[in-house]
Amino acid sequence: MFETISYETRGKTAWITLNRPDKLNAFNAVMHKEMAAAIKEAGKDDSVRALVITGAGRAFCSGQDLSESPEGADYSDILRKGYNPMIKAIVGMEKPVICAVNGVAAGAGMSLALACDFRIASEKASFIEAFIHVGLVPDAGSLYFLPRLVGHAKAMELAVLGDKVNAAQAKEFGLVNKLVSEEDFVMEVETFAEKLAHMPTKAIGLIKRYLNKSWESDLNEVLEFEAQAQKIAGESHDHQEGLAAFLEKRKPSYTGK
Amino acid sequence: MSKFETITVSIKDGIALISLNRPRVLNAINRPMVTELLHVFESYDTDDEVKAFVLTGNGRAFAAGADIDEMKNDDAISLELLNQFKEWDRLATIRKPIIGSIHGFCFGGGFELALCCDILFAAENTQFGFPEIKLGVMPGAGGTVKLTKLMGQKKALEWLWLGDPMTAKEALEYGVINRVLAPEIVLDEAVKFAKTVASKAPLSVRLIKETVYKSIDYSTYDGMQFERKNFYLLFSSQDQKEGMKAFMEKRPAEFKGQ
Repeated sequence: MFETISYETRGKTAWITLNRPDKLNAFNAVMHKEMAAAIKEAGKDDSVRALVITGAGRAFCSGQDLSESPEGADYSDILRKGYNPMIKAIVGMEKPVICAVNGVAAGAGMSLALACDFRIASEKASFIEAFIHVGLVPDAGSLYFLPRLVGHAKAMELAVLGDKVNAAQAKEFGLVNKLVSEEDFVMEVETFAEKLAHMPTKAIGLIKRYLNKSWESDLNEVLEFEAQAQKIAGESHDHQEGLAAFLEKRKPSYTGK
Repeated sequence: MSKFETITVSIKDGIALISLNRPRVLNAINRPMVTELLHVFESYDTDDEVKAFVLTGNGRAFAAGADIDEMKNDDAISLELLNQFKEWDRLATIRKPIIGSIHGFCFGGGFELALCCDILFAAENTQFGFPEIKLGVMPGAGGTVKLTKLMGQKKALEWLWLGDPMTAKEALEYGVINRVLAPEIVLDEAVKFAKTVASKAPLSVRLIKETVYKSIDYSTYDGMQFERKNFYLLFSSQDQKEGMKAFMEKRPAEFKGQ
């Protein structure tokens, strides 16, 4: 049903695969629309409890397809209408989103990876804030997420110098959670995603919601968020299930509710 | 106890919980709904069983707007003769506290209804807005006036002209609402707040509400004269005697609303 991406569910995990391999999965207007629709679908579907975003072929995503930017295009409109809603949809989705970085993540492709909750990198993965090489600035959330993930000094270095970072380096300074060999990559991502998909989804969603808000909040506000979140989690089915399983000395079976 | 078509009402622990109940149309506000709302507010405003109101919406939205179907064929004279907003005007005469619990969409007439509440709690996912301009009209039930008094001329014009939604966080920053809460618990917290206010000296609650609204329109001098009279008036209540006696005796006061 999509032209530039594919969407499928495996187990309790939804997979979005950027699928313009001959263009290194570069973004165009159609892909923006399709990504928005696919992320919405994964958010709405109660049977989906984790989302993986990955790329087909040798690249993860090379960013904006410059050959498809109309002449004289207003970049701010492309961002406001195309990228920004996608980034907000990922952050707003109260399910874990895993970026499976199979190859190069450049420019807005790197931004997409940064907006996800977890990044698993293949040893073939690399990251590059390519914007500066054409006199532009990182966008699609990069200036927000990058310093939060790697610290201000490293963010400045990556954004200004635009040097390519390989997977091992990225792992070293905390840009990726897990580094996996190419042959085990898909299996490792599947295992990791399915593990998350069987956890208490409601609690994960609340953790995501309030961790994100913590960046713009003071201690009093965060203490209040925690109180609210704990009330909600405390009334969840999965909390009861977790307690019961503990008392009955068995493995809990979480439904995500 | 739903003898109503467009709302549901339940009374518990002194709180009247009123829920807009046209969820299939995102609680679009039609004339019967306003009539029913006013009936409930006015009935319980003079009923001792109820100390405070909580107003919310069933389903995904508080209220996505007014019912456009109902008014699309109206003309200026039919609207003047219908004088539908007189019921909205009477909402402003309710003396007991009205706490609004808002979530999802709160647009147009829905936003105007929310602005009829004394206190507003909103879920983090709430979007507020006056999209009337996109339909070639403008707010007609006080939205323009109340928004301007709450957020100031500059910001009000921007929102009213563009018709774009504002987030709960923005609404909080501009002083349009009181608190932003998790969607799952916003109603619980609104009811909790209503109960807290309901536990205070009822005559004080009532006269403070009256004085705060007067102060919006009065000059500082006139407002202070008005405040003074209400301050004096409370000294004729039993609750003032009880409140001050309890304070001296270092015990909690027992207020009766008399």
